[in-house]
Amino acid sequence: MNLTIAGMSLRALLGRRRALLLLPMPVLLIGLTLIARLTGAGIGDWGPVVFAQLGLGVILPLTALIVGSSVLGLEIEDGTITHILAKPLPRSEIILAKLAVAWAVTTVATAIPLAVAGVIAGSGALALGVGVGAAVGALAYSAAFLALSLLTRRPVGVGLLYILLWENLLVRFVGGAKVLSVREYSTVLARAISGSTALPAADLPTVAAVLLAAAFVVGGTALATSRLRSFALTGETS
Amino acid sequence: MTASTSDELVLPAETTGSGSVVALTGVSRWYGNVVAVNDVTLTVGPGVTGLLGPNGAGKTTLLHMMAGFLDPSQGTVLVGGRPSWRNPDVYATLGLVTERESVPSYLTGWQFVHASAKLHRLADPAAAARAALATVELGDAQHRRIATYSKGMRQRARVAAALVHEPAVLLLDEPFNGMDPRQRMHMMDLLHRMAGEGRTILFSSHILEEVEQLSGTVQVMVAGRLAASGDYRHIRRLMTNRPHVFAIQSSNDRRLASVLMTDESVSGVELGANGLQVRANDFGAFTRGIAKIARTEGIRLTGVTPSDEALENVFSYLVAQ
Repeated sequence: MNLTIAGMSLRALLGRRRALLLLPMPVLLIGLTLIARLTGAGIGDWGPVVFAQLGLGVILPLTALIVGSSVLGLEIEDGTITHILAKPLPRSEIILAKLAVAWAVTTVATAIPLAVAGVIAGSGALALGVGVGAAVGALAYSAAFLALSLLTRRPVGVGLLYILLWENLLVRFVGGAKVLSVREYSTVLARAISGSTALPAADLPTVAAVLLAAAFVVGGTALATSRLRSFALTGETS
Repeated sequence: MTASTSDELVLPAETTGSGSVVALTGVSRWYGNVVAVNDVTLTVGPGVTGLLGPNGAGKTTLLHMMAGFLDPSQGTVLVGGRPSWRNPDVYATLGLVTERESVPSYLTGWQFVHASAKLHRLADPAAAARAALATVELGDAQHRRIATYSKGMRQRARVAAALVHEPAVLLLDEPFNGMDPRQRMHMMDLLHRMAGEGRTILFSSHILEEVEQLSGTVQVMVAGRLAASGDYRHIRRLMTNRPHVFAIQSSNDRRLASVLMTDESVSGVELGANGLQVRANDFGAFTRGIAKIARTEGIRLTGVTPSDEALENVFSYLVAQ
């Protein structure tokens, strides 16, 4: 992996105000878990809301969207992308470095707080399950949103449509829609690893979820690389 | 490509020969129905070449195609004999400074140029970064964040990053925009020096004087087409000899009109409600003489404005020639 690009991307990402958006969500997650735990209610009552709906359903995709669309998208927006592109580097190397950074940041901001919440809930298996589920989901989302930042000038808007309409609305009415839902993959994986009732029963076989997540990663990376190879500077036609 | 260890850039072997030639053949670029560049064929070799033209002439589009940041709709663009579009290897011998003032402002000058050297996989990136920063005279400010730099310093940092690998070809889009006269002089010196080392330097500008001071060879673009090409002096002569129109206001327009008609540098005078419209066929003689004439006649000049100095007019005149 190209550590120079990864290092610069990390600095660019964490140096912006947008990075502050990542802070409240893990705090909210851990805070809610603490409150629920203190009330003495059974995990089956509040677990699905906190871990599945809030953690894997909202915090994970939103964080991945903020990070995944920024890691390359902001450089395209402000024009600094030309400094990286005007180098004799294979475009796949640039995309892989960007993907690694997006994945690492999203995982730190989601999988780790989720695992901490699992520990607070008193279940090591749940902590492992949601941690791994979120990390795998983070990778699939990151690849998809990275590709999106090269496909459209409004990756955040398009990404939100996917999260809200597809993953949260369409899947309720059309069963088959779950096949293309990253949220579903991470939930299935978390449930399979933890066996916890804090997560809803799975609709997809675990192997299918893993394979589909891998397809997202490979497809997103390939698409992003291909788009970057043909990256054209526009808007400056004087 | 190897990096030098001294504070001076050393010409690598690749900068000589065809490696430094940019060749465009029948190149056009259109966006939908809009033609930005229209059937341009040109070759740029070692030395400084100015790409001159008014705003909107297609200079940036042309430079972007040369730099591999835009695919030609038609024709071929070769840098050192290789196509630049979808070919990252070309950047081993090509440097680009875009018009847009885009620098990662969270980095220091050193971090920025050093990262550039590392991305070029130079043998000794630190030495190359030191040399490039010394070349643009940013050594003293190299450890400050770019966010604190002036416009001219940012531009120099961008140039340092673009030449850190000692490219045979350096493309610069409006490099003097926003620079003060001292910074301008410094940048011109730098480009001259680099051209003296056998590199191909192509810079775009919409300001005639910049090209005059820097470049012997010019490519003039007007409305997407290559309008003139060749020695600057020839083009300058055409420009100097063209008729100039001045709007003049004075304390006695009618009297001034009659006196000016006797002057040899003037080919026509029109008296209007807002003063005089004077056509001068010798720009230099007229501008030197007008004040003297007014003083001799006891007329006070309140306004002398060249009214057709818009670049579009100058270029249109050139095209007509």
